[in-house]
Parts: sequence; structure tokens; C-alpha cells
Amino acid sequence: MRLQSAIARNRFVDSLFAILGLLAMLVGLVTLLALFLGLALDGWSRLTWRFFTSYPSRFPVEAGILSAWVGTTTVMFVTALTAVPIGVGAAVYLEEYAPKNWLTDLIEINIANLAGVPSIVYGLLALGLLVYQLHLGQSILTAGLTLALLILPIVVTSAREAIRSVPNSIREAAHALGATKWQTVKDHVLPYATGGILTGLIIALSRAIGESAPLITIGALSFIAFLPHPPWQPEFPYLSFQWLLDPFTVMPIQMFNWVSRPQEEFHTNAAAAGLVLLGMTLAMNGLAIFIRARFRKQIKW
Amino acid sequence: MLPSSPQVEKARVKDLNFYYGSVHILKNISLTIGEKQVTAVIGPSGCGKTTYLRCFNRMHDLYPGNRYEGEVILHPDYVNILSPTVDPIEIRMRISMVFQKPNPFPKSIFENVAYGLRVRGWTDRAVLDEKVEQALRRAVLWEEVKDRLTHPALTLSGGQQQRLCIARALATEPEILLFDEPTSALDPTATARIEELILDLKTQVTIIIVTHNMQQAARVSDFTAFLYLGELVEFNKTDKMFTAPSNRLTEDYITGRFG
Ligand SMILES: Nc1ncnc2c1ncn2[C@@H]1O[C@H](COP(=O)(O)OP(=O)(O)O)[C@@H](O)[C@H]1O
Ligand SMILES: [Mg+2]
Repeated sequence: MRLQSAIARNRFVDSLFAILGLLAMLVGLVTLLALFLGLALDGWSRLTWRFFTSYPSRFPVEAGILSAWVGTTTVMFVTALTAVPIGVGAAVYLEEYAPKNWLTDLIEINIANLAGVPSIVYGLLALGLLVYQLHLGQSILTAGLTLALLILPIVVTSAREAIRSVPNSIREAAHALGATKWQTVKDHVLPYATGGILTGLIIALSRAIGESAPLITIGALSFIAFLPHPPWQPEFPYLSFQWLLDPFTVMPIQMFNWVSRPQEEFHTNAAAAGLVLLGMTLAMNGLAIFIRARFRKQIKW
Repeated sequence: MLPSSPQVEKARVKDLNFYYGSVHILKNISLTIGEKQVTAVIGPSGCGKTTYLRCFNRMHDLYPGNRYEGEVILHPDYVNILSPTVDPIEIRMRISMVFQKPNPFPKSIFENVAYGLRVRGWTDRAVLDEKVEQALRRAVLWEEVKDRLTHPALTLSGGQQQRLCIARALATEPEILLFDEPTSALDPTATARIEELILDLKTQVTIIIVTHNMQQAARVSDFTAFLYLGELVEFNKTDKMFTAPSNRLTEDYITGRFG
């Protein structure tokens, strides 16, 4: 009898926790869904072709996000292009080359700490270093480098994880055939870790895409009615890098600008821009999932 | 030279000691590896067989804190494999290794076999094609894979993967082939094929094989070394070792009294 009542009590506690867990999950899910629906209802009507091809304007119905999405795209491009070589290089060094001693332990701890530094602090750092010292201006280049700095700890950590997941037996197989360390890294470790590295990079970028504080700190404009220079030119060498030094704005800043206006119509614009930003983030996460699945199918240990 | 030593030497191990950090694993091992013979290394788990084998291609150099003492002289040019002035990569280009668990690269069958050649700077497609085919034939895998050389190596069965690893090791025409319990992860049929292959190969290349399967040592080897707690207890012709061991400990081990 005693036993049965004990079991019954345990069962009750068990189901109680299941229900509480479910509720906790529902709170999160429903809130997110409500936010999304609110955004969609508000902004849906503004999502026309012209919204994407127009500059901001004093008149809400004519205002668009052309300069903002071009800014976000170019800044993300610079961020990715900077964060990948530096982040992967650091990860390869730490995982494959660095001797295991107190110095590498210290570096490791610091990378973990850097991931927790508030983004606005990176903005201040970039303002002091990139804008004032290196005179890179309040430009796409400065913004890209700032965000690269911001996501570098995440990129390094996830790349290390990916590199570590390549089994040691593969490294030994390459070495046993006479490969040098670098040949082993470039022919095996990096190719097999690419899926994990890219996934980490995209997740990091989808964090950076929503950042506004550090970019405001370095002096992003909030009203900009022209595009950066094109990346090509008619004369040799045909490629142009003038755009790197152009002023810019990004999606979250444009949204903030609209939200802070008194007119209701601008708030609708902000909601529409929010939907676009959300779409960009979701697309990036989708890409990350796709890449991971593809590489998993190719390589399983 | 002891009467029980091989006639033509390929390598001579002199007073080999090995340390993982401060842990002394191999103790004063001396023996002779015969040219184009199979030398088996047997002994209970943890006695140092793998550690011993990995001295021959300087695998221990990959990790910090490992230390060799003594010499392994490689014939015909009398290079001391263990000398710090000898480049381990040069050694690994002359001495190949097949691991305990099949470890093909997650690349195509062709690229697996070609990798050792690529590392040596071969890029000519015709030469690669020829050498890859030759290696796969020597590993008796060619007939099974010739129509799917571009397929991923990981789609092969375990036994095929191990033969692929043997082909990969053979492609660069090594002087010595090291096997570390090559069949311990395989079923009996696959094991039999690998053993057959080893008997084939010994006419062409010097082989050292670690095994804790004594029947395997008896079947494939010409000489056998019995290691116990990091010491070489007995080194002898295989048929002598298994019929009339000269050491009490060897006898106890091969009759299954311990291990
Ligand atoms: N990397 C290592 N560091 C320290 N000790 C090791 C290492 N690898 C193996 N050992 C130890 O060395 C001894 C011999 O190992 P091993 O050569 O793998 O034996 P076997 O191959 O005969 O089973 C064992 O006691 C094992 O615990
Ligand atoms: Mg072993």
C-alpha cells in the first residue's frame, strides 16, 4: 500500500513537471508568434516592390529601404570576408599548431570572455581605433570591420569545434602518408570541417545583422538617399573599392529612425522593414541548416 | 647475429627505449627485421605493441612529450630512423602504415589511393591513374572498385575499406609496411582476405604486423616477437616460437595461460 501511494505521488510530480515544461515552452512560442503576427499585420501592406527600390523620404508612403538593405548587405559582406580568414586562421592555429600550455589556456579563456562583451563596447573600440586612429571614416569598411570584431569570438569558437570534430585517425592517416602539418590541414581538416565552420559563420552573421548600437557609435547615418559607389569601373582594373569608404546605413538603424517619428505611417514602414530583416535572418539560418545537412550526408565518421 | 635472426636485414633495432612523458613504455628492445619477411609482434593488451610499431614511422613525433632512445637502423643506407636529425616526413615516405581501424579519407576511392602520390608532388593524371590502378590491384581491390573509383570511400564495406587503406599505403611503393592489428575490426571472411593479401605482399615488401591473435601471427609471419610489459621476451622464427618456445613466459602466453 505504502509503495503504491509513493508511486502514485511520483507519477503526479512527473506529470506536473511535464505540464509545467509544456507551459514554459508555450509562453515562449506564443510570445514569439504574437510578435511576428503583430509585425506582419502592421507591415504587410507596405511590402511592395517600390519599398525595396526607394530611398527614405519625408513622406512615409514614398519611403523605402533601398539604402538600408544595400548597406546591410555590403557591411555583412565585409564582415564575413574579414571574419572568415582571421577566425579560421586563429582556430587552426589554436587547434592544430599551438602547444598546450598556460598561454593558450589564457587565450582560450579570453576568447570566451570576448564573446560576452557588450556590442556597444566594440563600437567604442572601433570609433577610437578605426575612425580616429586609422582614419577609415564612418564607412562601410569601418562598419564591416567592427562587426567582424564583434563576431570573431563566435567564429573562432565554432570553427575550433568543427576542427576538433575531425577524428584524429584522419590526421594520422595523412601524416603516415608523409603529409606535412599544413598539407594535413588544407587537404583534410579544413575541407571536412567546412560545414561546421560555415554554419558557425552564418549563425554569427545573423547575430551581427541585427546590431545597431556599435554602428551608431561609429557614426552610421540614419537618413541616406544615395547608394555607395558601384564595385566596378570602366577603366582598368575594372574593380573599384571606392564603395568601402562610402557612408552607409543598415536595416536596424533605418527601423529605429522610423519608429522614433511621430507619424503612424512611419511605424508601418518600420514594421515592414522589420519583416524584411526577420526574413533575412531566417533565410540565413535556413542556409545554415541546409549546409549542415548537406555536409552531414557527405561525411559521417 | 643470432642463428634465429633473418638472413637479409631490412632494419635493426638496437636498445630501443620509449617514453610517453616520464612513463617508460618500451624497455631495451633489440631485434632484426628481415627483408621481405613478415615479422609479427604479439603480446597481451597494453604491453606496448602499438607503441613499438609507431616508432618505425616516427608517429610519436606528432605529440609533445614523447621520447625515443636507442636506434633503428634502416638498410640499405644505414639511416637511424629515430635520430632527431632525420626528418620524420622522409621516414614516413619510405615506411607506410595501416591502422587498426580502417581510416579512409571521406573522399573518393581514387583520391584516397592517390593522396600519398599527390603529397609527393605527382600531378600527371596518366601517372596517377596507372599507379592507383596498380596499388588497387596489389591490394586485390581493383576488380571490386574499378567501375566506381569516383564513389566515396566510405560507401565501401569495412573489409574493403581496410584493403583500400592497404592500397593507399602501397601506392607510394614503401620499403616497409606497418600493420597495427589490421583485422581486429573485421569479420572472419574479411580477415581471411587480408591475411591472404599479406602473404602475397611479402614477396614484394618488408612487413611488420602487430596482432594479438596468435593464430594470425602463426599463419602469416616468418618471425615473431613476443612483448610483455614493454620488454622483448622472445624473438624467434615463428614456427619455432609456436612449437618450441625457449622462454617459459612465451610458452604460457601462446598456450593461453594468460593474456
Ligand atoms: N599517448 C599515451 N600516453 C601515455 N601512455 C600511453 C599512451 N598510449 C599508450 N599508452 C600506454 O602505453 C602502454 C602500451 O600501450 P600500447 O602500445 O597501445 O599497447 P598495445 O598496442 O600492446 O595494446 C599502455 O600501458 C598504455 O596505457
Ligand atoms: Mg595496440
